[in-house]
Amino acid sequence: MSVEDVEPLKEAPPAEVRRAQEQRLLEVWKIPRGWRYWSTVNNEKVGVWYTALTLFFLLFGGVLALLLRIQLAAPGNDFLSAERYNQTFTVHGSVMMFLFAIPIFEGIAVILLPQMLGARDLPFPRLSVFGFWSFLIGGVFLCGSIFFDAAPRGGWFMYPPLTSRYQPGIGPDIWLLGFSFIEVAAIAAAVEMIVGALKCRPPGMRLNLMPLYVWYVLVAAVMIVFAFPPLIIGSLLLEVERAFQWPFFDPAGGGDPLLWQHLFWLFGHPEVYVIFLPSAALLAMIVPTFVRRPIIGYTWFVLAAVGTGFLSFGLWVHHMFTTGLPGISLGLFSAASMAVAIPTSVQVFCFLATVAAGRVTRSVPMLFAFGSLAIFVLGGLTGVMVAVVPFDFQAHDSFFVVGHFHYVLIGGALFPIFAGCYYFYPLIGGKRLSDSLGRTAFWLAFIGFNLAFLPMHITGLRGMPRRVFTYPADSGFDVLNLVSTIGAFILASGIALIMWDLVRPKKAEPDSARNPWNAGTIEWTQQVPGQPWGMRCVPEIDSRYPLWDQPNFTRDIDEGRFYLPDAEEGKRETLVTSAIDAQPTQCQRLPGSSFIPLAAALTTGGFFIFGTYHLWWLAIGSLGLALCVILYWLWSGTAHIPEKAEKDVGLGLKLPLYVSGTASIGWWAMFITMLADMTAFVCLLFGYFFFWTSGKDFPPPVAAGPGVVWPGLAAVLLLAAWILMILARRWNRSDWRAGFYGGLLTSFALGGAGIAALAAGPLVKGLEPTRNVYDATVWLIVIWTALHVALGLIMQLYCVARRLAGRMTARHDIDISNVVLYWHFVALTVTMAVGVIAGFPLVTQ
Amino acid sequence: MIRTAQTLPSLWRLVVPPLIWALHFIASYATVSVWCSRIASDGTPFWQVRSIIAAYSVVALSAIFVVGWIGYGKCSRGSAAPSEDTPESRYRFLGYATLLLSSLSGVAIAFAALVAVFFRSCA
Repeated sequence: MSVEDVEPLKEAPPAEVRRAQEQRLLEVWKIPRGWRYWSTVNNEKVGVWYTALTLFFLLFGGVLALLLRIQLAAPGNDFLSAERYNQTFTVHGSVMMFLFAIPIFEGIAVILLPQMLGARDLPFPRLSVFGFWSFLIGGVFLCGSIFFDAAPRGGWFMYPPLTSRYQPGIGPDIWLLGFSFIEVAAIAAAVEMIVGALKCRPPGMRLNLMPLYVWYVLVAAVMIVFAFPPLIIGSLLLEVERAFQWPFFDPAGGGDPLLWQHLFWLFGHPEVYVIFLPSAALLAMIVPTFVRRPIIGYTWFVLAAVGTGFLSFGLWVHHMFTTGLPGISLGLFSAASMAVAIPTSVQVFCFLATVAAGRVTRSVPMLFAFGSLAIFVLGGLTGVMVAVVPFDFQAHDSFFVVGHFHYVLIGGALFPIFAGCYYFYPLIGGKRLSDSLGRTAFWLAFIGFNLAFLPMHITGLRGMPRRVFTYPADSGFDVLNLVSTIGAFILASGIALIMWDLVRPKKAEPDSARNPWNAGTIEWTQQVPGQPWGMRCVPEIDSRYPLWDQPNFTRDIDEGRFYLPDAEEGKRETLVTSAIDAQPTQCQRLPGSSFIPLAAALTTGGFFIFGTYHLWWLAIGSLGLALCVILYWLWSGTAHIPEKAEKDVGLGLKLPLYVSGTASIGWWAMFITMLADMTAFVCLLFGYFFFWTSGKDFPPPVAAGPGVVWPGLAAVLLLAAWILMILARRWNRSDWRAGFYGGLLTSFALGGAGIAALAAGPLVKGLEPTRNVYDATVWLIVIWTALHVALGLIMQLYCVARRLAGRMTARHDIDISNVVLYWHFVALTVTMAVGVIAGFPLVTQ
Repeated sequence: MIRTAQTLPSLWRLVVPPLIWALHFIASYATVSVWCSRIASDGTPFWQVRSIIAAYSVVALSAIFVVGWIGYGKCSRGSAAPSEDTPESRYRFLGYATLLLSSLSGVAIAFAALVAVFFRSCA
């Protein structure tokens, strides 16, 4: 079936038909009122909540920064005590990175992505809102701690042993558990964005026509999937060491604190690019609009995004140049740190070429765009300096580095976000922000920023270390620090002005014109004020700039001349398309408003918060509740069997309403989630091999480990359980009920026996996790694997129940397809776990 | 006639060059880490690890060359501009992107290979 280059309806439907369609769409997509407003899942609301909360955290982190600058304004100052200073810079860094920079990318993407994809909403709206509530709970928990003098104080990268042995309070626990919670939510958001970008594009939006923002979001989301699990594993190890004395980072038990640095920076460096790429993508949407021409070097931008995404995973040791690693290792990371400058500068040159080839229209977003490029280039150049190992030896942990990374982050992320605020505000608020306030704010921010951070390079080169709460007079830092403080306040006044512009009452002002900047991309078809349905109908795309190139594009959308102009069955719907050429493959039903995601976030959050206070029974109870809520969520909200097999989506196209296996978006979501999970497991195994290279008696002789027999038996049982799952899926498809139920329940029994055999190895051999790092590592690998199997067992029972309840049939088999996919990963986990704990000691013996 | 049917492998091919870079990087890093922590102390001559990295680099660069050549072959066929709404245009776009990523990955591998030229010990 070819549906290429479908034209919109030649004639608009009669006015009364259109009105009826609009009425039905409004009813289906309506946003609840009163207290039920908070059950909304519509992306335009959730995205605004998300973004507003991140901006609040930006202000919070900013105020902390000002406190730090007041303290450093004069030598020997006692405005903040050393203890309070430590808490303040730790929370400042953590808030800015975890509660502002990453979530604002997610918030903006939740608002913009469906509009740019011509979709009614993201593929998993309830997952987005779950991410938001998790972020709110985790963020408030972390920020609140500073008011009780209980905040973490080990720096935003929390190096042990400082944060393990020397900080017994709950500060580090708040950091470790609070952020782990937020990271899980971030991975959920990443899954949503990847599936959205690949499977929910409008028909005709081939890969070469995709807006650059979508390319960049896709790359950044994939990076989250691989970059966040290392920190989750690091946090797990450190928390287990703090709570139960398993000595992963304690040399007395054979551990090594350097492992934390590896895991942290394996996350931390890619994270910088996760922050930077989506912001650069905002510029890639803004610049063409204001120079009135398509972007130059589209393919080069894609090269830059994908290339940066990969190379950024080879840079992590450049934060560890002074830890005594072999020079040849440092050389490898120095080389990668130089190489990443290539794709980054390709982007800058493409921007400059686009500006040079077009006619620049003066505007506030372009001011911020130019400011961003200037600042970011300077930060990039000092980045190349610190990538040179001998120079880094001198500059490490000095204020030079503080200057460098603020140039990168504020130039690379904050200024583009401000440009985005001024550019996209008419889409979100229906009004224009003030040009005069914007210009004033820009100059205050630009001058203040440079005044604050340029001198820091010199302060650092003169020898001022970061993270020390004061300095003696006449050491050459006094004037420079005072200038930095003055600059920080000027920068803050600029940011305050932008915030005021965003929140000031605008009711008296006229609505913004529709597409006020005369932009060419699809999101600007939105009506002013916006409608809850997002897109009136899902258009056919023939160009990178459809508003410039496709005649009558906005009219055709308004009049419902494309796909899905109606909601006849009273359901929320959007189109699913193929990943390469965006040919329609399915009409996907989407869930509506619900408090379930909030309940899931509260109960999951309860696990982390109670865990922080070592209230283990409450924590486990909360986790059990979370499991119940999530099961209810899945049961009531997913894999509905539709009332008919196909639906006419308009323009003569009929699409299935139910697909399973690789064709379904749920399968892709499971696949991506499990990639993240597998990355986490690989990080755990990395820990095992890291200890092997750093410790002389790791692993000990085979007899001292879990042996071969029990882990081997576990592998046999669990792989048999996996094969039975595959057979059960087949038997379900052939509608052989007895085979399906028998296969699943036998697999369940084998799985239970497999868990027992897996645990028997270290139990029988008497491995004590508190005794040494080998025992602790083996136990953790075993527990990790066993928990995954246990989750697989719950999923098996879920499938049995679904079939019994008639919610799964031979043809409608989404549930079992996704569960089998999960079991593929379980089989891989089991094989790797047993191979390492039982096989590796045999090799090294 | 160019075969331009949409297949997922054409998207995966885009990430093959940087994946080769990643494999080269991980292999080199793992090799030098294990060498310097486990093997160097036996007095094994250092030129051996330099040779291993050089060998990795030759293999990786050859593989990149092949992928880049395929990309070049795709983007040089036909005459559609990369921004057109045709399967041929998308086909050429993916080929061009593969070629560009091959070039970048090749340079990054060459950078990494330089450690085999400059380093004479684990110190």
